[in-house]
Amino acid sequence: MKKKDLGLYIHIPFCVRKCAYCDFVSFRASETVQNAYFRSLLQELGEYQILGNTYLIRTIYFGGGTPSIADPIQLMRILLLIRDHFLVAEDAEITIEVNPGTITRENLKAWKQIGINRLSIGLQSDYDELLKTLGRIHTYDDFLAGYKAARAAGFDNISVDLMYSLPGQTPEMWMNTIRNMTALGPDHISAYALSIEQGTPFAKKYGTPEGAALLPSEEEDRKMYHDACEYLKAAGYERYEISNFAKPGRYSRHNMIYWSMGDYLGLGVNASSYMNGRRFANPADLNEYRKAVPKLAARIKENEPQTKKAAMEEFMFLGLRRGCGVTVKEFSDAFGEEMEKKYGDVIRRLVRQKMLSFEDGRLTLTDAGIDVSNAVLAEFLL
Amino acid sequence: MAEYKQENIRNFCIIAHIDHGKSTLADRIIEMTGLLTQREMQEQVLDNMDLERERGITIKSQAVRTIYKAKDGQEYVFNLIDTPGHVDFNYEVSRSLAACDGAVLVVDAAQGIEAQTLANVYLALDHDLEVFPVINKIDLPSADPKRVIDEIEDVIGIEAEDAPQISAKNGINIEAVLEAIVEKIPAPEGDPDAPLKALIFDSIYDSYRGVIVFMRIMDGKVRRGMNIKMMATGAAFDVVEVGTFGAGRFNPCEELSAGMVGYLTASIKTVQDTRVGDTVTETARPCAEALPGYKKVLPMVYCGLYPADGAKYPDLRDALEKLQLNDASLSYEPETSVALGFGFRCGFLGLLHLEIIQERLEREYNLDLITTAPSVVYKIHKTDGQVIELTNPTNMPDPTSIEYMEEPVVDAQIMVTTEFIGPIMDLCQERRGIYQGMEYMEDTRALLKYKLPLNEIIYDFFDALKSRSRGYASFDYEMAGYMRSPLVKLDILVNREEVDALSFIVFEGTAYERARKMCEKLKEEIPRQLFEIPIQAAVGNRIIARETVKAMRKDVLAKCYGGDITRKRKLLEKQKEGKKRMRQVGTVEIPQKAFMSVLKLDSE
Repeated sequence: MKKKDLGLYIHIPFCVRKCAYCDFVSFRASETVQNAYFRSLLQELGEYQILGNTYLIRTIYFGGGTPSIADPIQLMRILLLIRDHFLVAEDAEITIEVNPGTITRENLKAWKQIGINRLSIGLQSDYDELLKTLGRIHTYDDFLAGYKAARAAGFDNISVDLMYSLPGQTPEMWMNTIRNMTALGPDHISAYALSIEQGTPFAKKYGTPEGAALLPSEEEDRKMYHDACEYLKAAGYERYEISNFAKPGRYSRHNMIYWSMGDYLGLGVNASSYMNGRRFANPADLNEYRKAVPKLAARIKENEPQTKKAAMEEFMFLGLRRGCGVTVKEFSDAFGEEMEKKYGDVIRRLVRQKMLSFEDGRLTLTDAGIDVSNAVLAEFLL
Repeated sequence: MAEYKQENIRNFCIIAHIDHGKSTLADRIIEMTGLLTQREMQEQVLDNMDLERERGITIKSQAVRTIYKAKDGQEYVFNLIDTPGHVDFNYEVSRSLAACDGAVLVVDAAQGIEAQTLANVYLALDHDLEVFPVINKIDLPSADPKRVIDEIEDVIGIEAEDAPQISAKNGINIEAVLEAIVEKIPAPEGDPDAPLKALIFDSIYDSYRGVIVFMRIMDGKVRRGMNIKMMATGAAFDVVEVGTFGAGRFNPCEELSAGMVGYLTASIKTVQDTRVGDTVTETARPCAEALPGYKKVLPMVYCGLYPADGAKYPDLRDALEKLQLNDASLSYEPETSVALGFGFRCGFLGLLHLEIIQERLEREYNLDLITTAPSVVYKIHKTDGQVIELTNPTNMPDPTSIEYMEEPVVDAQIMVTTEFIGPIMDLCQERRGIYQGMEYMEDTRALLKYKLPLNEIIYDFFDALKSRSRGYASFDYEMAGYMRSPLVKLDILVNREEVDALSFIVFEGTAYERARKMCEKLKEEIPRQLFEIPIQAAVGNRIIARETVKAMRKDVLAKCYGGDITRKRKLLEKQKEGKKRMRQVGTVEIPQKAFMSVLKLDSE
């Protein structure tokens, strides 16, 4: 029997310090807490071993938090156990998110040895003053040293995360960053606009009307995005998702699973999964997660599967984030119904408003559509 | 039940400025005169209210009857009649006062007389009620009873030297009030053997018993089985039950006779038949003439009420039907709007009445409503001699077929301290008021008289009056017929499409100003959308104001959130939910509250 593709996400919630804008589940933790957490992760993985019969692992992604502060031995244990239970594709993409302040020669060597083949480095900015505003623990020089060391250690698939629309950042500064990065030439660049999330120190500072005035205007924000897209395109980076750019063949295969309705299993606190037509997430509280571990695997069979309606909606609003968009054929293959029947009117209206382009059965967001994609994508909720 | 002679009955009401302690004093009086303990009273009142709630009748008791054993050793029946306190319900107030023989005026010992107290005091004096003052809240540190006594004597001109000084809240000196009620308020007069003559001062609808009529017997008697007639409406009924008002309950009794206050039921299906102010008499032995002062109250203000969810139209119709059972002054008829779909054009006594009905529909009937801008009733004289009464601006005929238009006007009386005369005169001027005169009530207070168009006061005049006089002006008006005016219909176009529900009639001279404010307001209310939206105001084919809602610039979720699709979905659902609260007009989504924004054009 042919096995189904699977992406594994492993959440490492630990950080040296939490950044001022971050609302992910992450925190500082003692070694004891960390060790206990890794035991839970291994236990959770064990609960899923039966899946090894039906799934082939295509991608593994250590996300955080800051997985790069974890003891590589712990990561190795996880990877070994994965290989115990599952068949991992020979060309599997195995990514670790890396904080530039945590890159050492030893770490790089260890990651390489245990099979990690892709680094996603959270640089955010090459301006130290902006890094300080964000509450990052590193400088640009830390990054440069780490990046060069990673290349030297043989990592040939490196992604760099950048942020724009930051307080104090001008479009000119941002384009300097983009130029600097393309000169350096990582294989993949993610460019995320700062979003002010509730409950963060940034929300206190910039969440009020007065605070928001300290941020770049919407016009500047869009200029930063458009200028970067243009520059990156000329430099050989394809925009394959709203915020993600890659050199040919260097898409994040793991992230593509999210946008393409592929199966993925999230391990660890607060991790989300999409398995067997069901969406579920682990508890966001560390203790609750630990207690729940023995019961988590049952969700794959016992949880209510998502409705066809929900699946159609997600197919559209996730798929349209991709540069390749969605095709009418993929839709009818997936659902046995015509896209026209469900979305004909919406599509025609949005095409007329130049938010969508529809050519040869392929539907994609236009540049204008990307700018207001929430409004556009919300139209696809049935 | 013991029989009480007329001389042992006291029918009265309490007059007070808001927050001066009217309901607290009423509670004390009930508590100290009834045979019930405070605890029992509360329990009983509450029990009864639950019952009332189940049956869907008015929770608030409009009248209450208690027994007081006075120092002279005799027992007195106290009928305390509640009065509404807003100009919209002036007529109801006047009928309630007509059912009383006296009034207790409660004045706050710290704040003294407030402008708004005066209108009601004068109204009471107009009805020849014996008014005596009570100084409340004397235990406040800032209390200054001496000053307040002087003020009452100077401003109102009633004797206040021996006014009881009390604290209703803390139960201080309440007995003095009770004794004063016995001493100062005259006993009712009236011939128990004359033909029945009773004044209806309120009525409520109960789904089991039908209408319960609240009345004051002026002459004669009414008892179970008697065939009675409403003199104005002509409706006749057989009385099923008569009785008096306990604390939160109805106490049936054998008969009610001259001087008494009580209720009757007679399987009456709708309050339309038992109009406030009408006279009840015996069909077989009618009284010679009805009590003076009855008038059929006509709606003054109309607006469209639409269910936010079109599917709820039948629910809205049922709710209006039920409310009308209990509210004779509410009128409604179906109408349709291109923008809002199916709804009703409803008539109200005034803006407060409108708000009350709107709130009851939303709260008691769980309806989400869109209200269009309120309009008064215009008279349109057409060139062919026809006269149309216009309650919905959308129905205004083509201007070329109109010879002239008339709008309703009121005679307004504004009581104001002298320092604010200037600002208030300016305000009346701005509202097209015609100055009628001014009288000084005393050195520091004056009564301004203006003729004002009703459509200038229905929206926010009261608020403007208060803000320009720092709360010191009070305002009262009565209808004064119609006046010829140059009026035009202002249409609003959103994205070049006319939105019928936003049209309104406006004085030609202020059309430009109104149009500009309306466009500005709508620009604030209509969220940015995927495309640019022009908002225009037009009189006929002429655009007189314009604003633009710029296209949405940025609304993008850049962040990845890992595989947490649920979070993305929630965000999009919230977005969609927001759209649900909007009305689609052409391709534009207009938020529901934008339709009410004309109401607030003048609020700074």
